[in-house]
Amino acid sequence: MKTMLEIQDLHASASGAEILKGINLKIRPGEVHAMMGPNGSGKSTLAGVLAGRPAFEVTRGRILYCGRDLLELEPEVRAREGIFLAFQYPVEIPGVTNNYFLKASLNALRAHRGEEELDAMDFMELVKEKMKIVDMPADLMSRAINEGFSGGEKKRNEVLQMLLLEPRLAVLDETDSGLDIDALRIVANGVNHLRRPDRSMLLITHYQRLLDYVVPDHVHVLSEGRIARSGGKELALELEEKGYTWLEKTPPGTPEAQPA
Amino acid sequence: MSTRTEARDRFLSDWEAFEHQRGAQEPAFLGQLRRGARDQFAELGLPSSRQEEWRYTNVRPLAETTFEQPSGTPEITRERVEEISFPVFACSLFVFVNGRYAPELSTPQALAGGLPVESLAQLAVESPDRLEQLLAEAASLKGHPFAALNTAFLEDGALVTLPRDTDVGHAIHLVFVSSGCVPTISQPRVVVRAEQGSRGHVIQDHVSLAHPGEGAIHFSNTVTDVVVEANAELDLVLVQREGEGTHVVSNTNVRQERDSRFACHTMTLGGNLVRNDLEVLLAAEGADCTLNGLFLGRHSQLVDNHTLVDHAMPNCSSRELYKGILADDARGVFRGRVIVRPDAQKTNASQSNPNILLGDGAEINTKPQLEIHADDVKCSHGSAIGRIDEEALFYLRTRGIGAGAARALLTRGFAHEVIAALPHHALTDALGAMLDERLRGAGT
Repeated sequence: MKTMLEIQDLHASASGAEILKGINLKIRPGEVHAMMGPNGSGKSTLAGVLAGRPAFEVTRGRILYCGRDLLELEPEVRAREGIFLAFQYPVEIPGVTNNYFLKASLNALRAHRGEEELDAMDFMELVKEKMKIVDMPADLMSRAINEGFSGGEKKRNEVLQMLLLEPRLAVLDETDSGLDIDALRIVANGVNHLRRPDRSMLLITHYQRLLDYVVPDHVHVLSEGRIARSGGKELALELEEKGYTWLEKTPPGTPEAQPA
Repeated sequence: MSTRTEARDRFLSDWEAFEHQRGAQEPAFLGQLRRGARDQFAELGLPSSRQEEWRYTNVRPLAETTFEQPSGTPEITRERVEEISFPVFACSLFVFVNGRYAPELSTPQALAGGLPVESLAQLAVESPDRLEQLLAEAASLKGHPFAALNTAFLEDGALVTLPRDTDVGHAIHLVFVSSGCVPTISQPRVVVRAEQGSRGHVIQDHVSLAHPGEGAIHFSNTVTDVVVEANAELDLVLVQREGEGTHVVSNTNVRQERDSRFACHTMTLGGNLVRNDLEVLLAAEGADCTLNGLFLGRHSQLVDNHTLVDHAMPNCSSRELYKGILADDARGVFRGRVIVRPDAQKTNASQSNPNILLGDGAEINTKPQLEIHADDVKCSHGSAIGRIDEEALFYLRTRGIGAGAARALLTRGFAHEVIAALPHHALTDALGAMLDERLRGAGT
């Protein structure tokens, strides 16, 4: 099986401070990986580096996405090539309607693939269908992007975008944080809806809770900028039970953590 | 002799020639009015940046050019006018070329009581007494040198009347075209009368038509006098989209009577040196006033907005929102004065001037100025200067929207509130499209 994403010895820093200190990770098509870890371990930095966040500087290592050097691509090109980042803190943008934004976004991706732009009617039909999956109220489309949305609505809006853009690699940065159990189920439902043999996902989360609904193929634990441990879905449960301090007491690196 | 003095003297000698050519048909009061204004202009001269009101706006680019007085009728076709006017409003169009009414280009649509727009030149011949009274009530001669200059050359313009207790269903669309093969000055005068209980909106649309092989430096110096009578509701939309060679000076004076509602929407998208003075007198109780403004400066443009809201009577409210977008090396000036007179208890006044700088060389001088002489009032003001939100930009880019398009989209979002407040959705669409077009070219 081909590799979707291969991260090799990735070091990255922000404002001169090194945060990622040698990440190695391989994600194959169809796989769902969970990246867990305590606050400050580098989870969101990893997500940001994958999406091309300008504040992070990659100082060593490389990332291959479908065999291409990902770090050479601008954020918008990564998106058009099928990478999607669901933001931990979705941005509020006054004066631009959600509808206009999602249409512009989808059409930018379609244009990149050489497909015709969707007109307003076809787009509306498609959106309605996707909105049902995340149980999103219709009026959120005519409001400004994320402005005045509740925490749950913002996260649902992220999943809606993901459903529309149908990425090849979806990175979800703590999409579960701050959600009540009903919202969590809805978000998980949206994520599960997208699982396909040719689509991969990286779920970044602090808690095991999301993984009750979206069952991962692999679980990694990030600690101080390195993957401290990798395993199957049972690793998440073990972490939940023992807490992150458990990591500090046991030696890092198990055989699964190293790419074959 | 300074450039400003030379420019003043040129205008004064032009005035002699202009006055000499006046027809015998003109009523005598008009000549007297012009002479008085000429004397005032001679005394004031062109403003110097040593004057507080002109501190950030140097009129040198304007003083350096010799402008011709409008002559003859430039060859403009109706098709050309339709191309540049808002298509939706072509059904009721009053066109003025270099300040003079052009009936052959206009498609006036009559109201039940007659035409809502009359040419001042025609009025001078047909009902001189009415014109005399209207001009006598106008507040424009208050020591502004360019208002004095406009009056000194007063010849034609528009009288817009919203008849008593009438809701004018369609927009009254005035188009002012600056045109000519040599630098030309046009000085239209607009008088708007919203009679008691009337409702309507007036679009004052300023454009310039470029001629092949011409530098297209023009000077458009407009004076607008507005009276909103008791219980009347008026929206005035001022669209300034002259070419980048055209200097624009605009003076708008508004008086509001009891329980009237007035909204002014000043949309500045073009011009080279642009200076707008907008003054509103809330002259009776219960008057409500909204001043919205959007200005976009690009290249080396200068856009200066001076506003004054004078709360003279109790129980009036005013709100003001001017948004500035400055790209490249453009400069913006905003000075918003609000005066609350001792009698004006229960005044509710707010003012806000947020600005966004897109270019490294762009700058804005913003100064709110509240002068409150009453104690039972609610007043607020604020101004802000920001740049494109980097997090929002990244968010849009992660959704496949290119950096340039994302910046344009965020800037458009910034402007949205002002455009959305326009009195007609077709205007909102048209202004939005014009802004998009200019933002694409603004090197954002």
